[in-house]
Amino acid sequence: MKHSRLPLITLILVLVFFYLPIIVLVANSFNASRFGGTWEGFSLVWYKRLLHERDIWRALENTLIIAVGATVVSAVLGTTAAFALHRFASRIQKVHYVLIYTPLVVPEILMGMSLLLLFVAMKIQLGLFTIFLAHVTFCISYVAMVVLARLQDFDFSVIEAAQDLGASWWTAATRVLLPLLFPGIAAGALLAFTLSLDDFVITFFVAGPGSTTLPIRIYSMIKHGSPPLINALSTILLLVTFAAVWFSQRLTEEKS
Amino acid sequence: MNKVQQKRLWEWLITSPSFTWLCVLFVIPTLIVFIITFKPSDPYGGIGTGWTLDTLKSLGNPNYPSIVWRTVWLSIATTATCILLAVPTGYCMSRLSKTWQQKLLLLVIIPFWTCFLIRIFAWKVLLHPEGPLKHALVGLHLVAPDTSLLYNAGAILLVMVYTYLPFAILPIYAAAEKFDFRLIEAARDLGAHQLRAFFSIFLPGIRRGLLTAILVVFIPALGSYVIPDIVGGPHSEMIGNKIAQRTFVDRNLPHASGLSAFLTLAVLAPLLAVLVLQKRKGIEEDPLIEEDA
Repeated sequence: MKHSRLPLITLILVLVFFYLPIIVLVANSFNASRFGGTWEGFSLVWYKRLLHERDIWRALENTLIIAVGATVVSAVLGTTAAFALHRFASRIQKVHYVLIYTPLVVPEILMGMSLLLLFVAMKIQLGLFTIFLAHVTFCISYVAMVVLARLQDFDFSVIEAAQDLGASWWTAATRVLLPLLFPGIAAGALLAFTLSLDDFVITFFVAGPGSTTLPIRIYSMIKHGSPPLINALSTILLLVTFAAVWFSQRLTEEKS
Repeated sequence: MNKVQQKRLWEWLITSPSFTWLCVLFVIPTLIVFIITFKPSDPYGGIGTGWTLDTLKSLGNPNYPSIVWRTVWLSIATTATCILLAVPTGYCMSRLSKTWQQKLLLLVIIPFWTCFLIRIFAWKVLLHPEGPLKHALVGLHLVAPDTSLLYNAGAILLVMVYTYLPFAILPIYAAAEKFDFRLIEAARDLGAHQLRAFFSIFLPGIRRGLLTAILVVFIPALGSYVIPDIVGGPHSEMIGNKIAQRTFVDRNLPHASGLSAFLTLAVLAPLLAVLVLQKRKGIEEDPLIEEDA
């Protein structure tokens, strides 16, 4: 049977399309040229320049505080949500499922705008805390979906086995269930961490004075700043992302 | 405490944290958007007291229809292009060996995890008048030296496709991977042409994946704001830009709410359409999205 070559060609073109801009960006971050149109030799000058940008360091600090906080809280809330969705089939869980699922498709701008209005209406000062609240809100759904997918493949008979062998309910949950599910929870948390690290739109809406995060800083650099510095900063962020994806993939592979 | 009560308590314990959080920080804010649409603004950029229909009247602004139209056609064009590219890609991926599938899946997921500001910026550099793509295209005599690749609707479409394509590939691949390809062989054995087998066996077979792909591209595309902001020009604004402009430049929160309320309704329409469609087909028991990240 003769197979059409079209799908393979499309796949290759799509991959080139995905990675060409990223490769050009990374290459340009090592380019001595200021404008990046031509190659003027390998240089680390932009990375050195980054070290002296105090604003970027402060933004990085804010970003990490929010990302760590949002990851921890959303990992807990997302995991309990996934358990509830998996374990129970009541009407409440149907509503719960819609609540978890909808934030995944709602455009970010709507979430940012509605949270801004909530904070303004409640007279809550905009700042790191409001960004943290917003990030937990969208991260819960991603963690819940990742953990739920793991739960669906999970063999619950091992829990029954543990209980038959005399383990209390609590022991079975903490000594058998959680360790086995840990890779799934960690993968969800890792996704939450990168999403929080990278989020711009929602953050931009609920940020206040003095709570600039790295993506907000990058945005204002794209608007007014020097491109080579953004290239260098982006390359570093890309490395962090690649490491996170690789690590998360390993976490999920070991199980299967 | 008996078994049933214990079970109830347990359900309540693990449901209420996420349930409450999302009610307070997702459902209530969405309702507030609709309420504040009917509130006046105050001179300090906040929300005034009393009620007004000013915002609703402002939605009659003669500039809006063209912006709404541009938002809709750009979103439809983005979705169509993404699906056109994602179907052959997902098909091809699902026919490869397991090791290759794993590797390719990783390559599709990486852009999904990458900061999307960086991905937009990368295109801004590529499309820049002094950038490599322009040089190459002028060198090949494909475009005139004075053509601008940036700051127009075409650039927005290109970058939107770039941004949302992974979202389309993932659900289509997930569906294609579960598809039983022996069905296509059977159709071919029975004399169906290759294309006929593809259209009347494969596409209906992955229809759930297709539907999910359409939703997760079309809905976020309607709310695009950063892409037109960075690679679009003053004449290619979308609804998202207007919301941001009312919020940050004019500092008129009620007007921004009015536009957001409109966008919320626009987003709900396709979502409800799909839900109704699925109910009728009786395939509601499995989740709408198979999360594949």
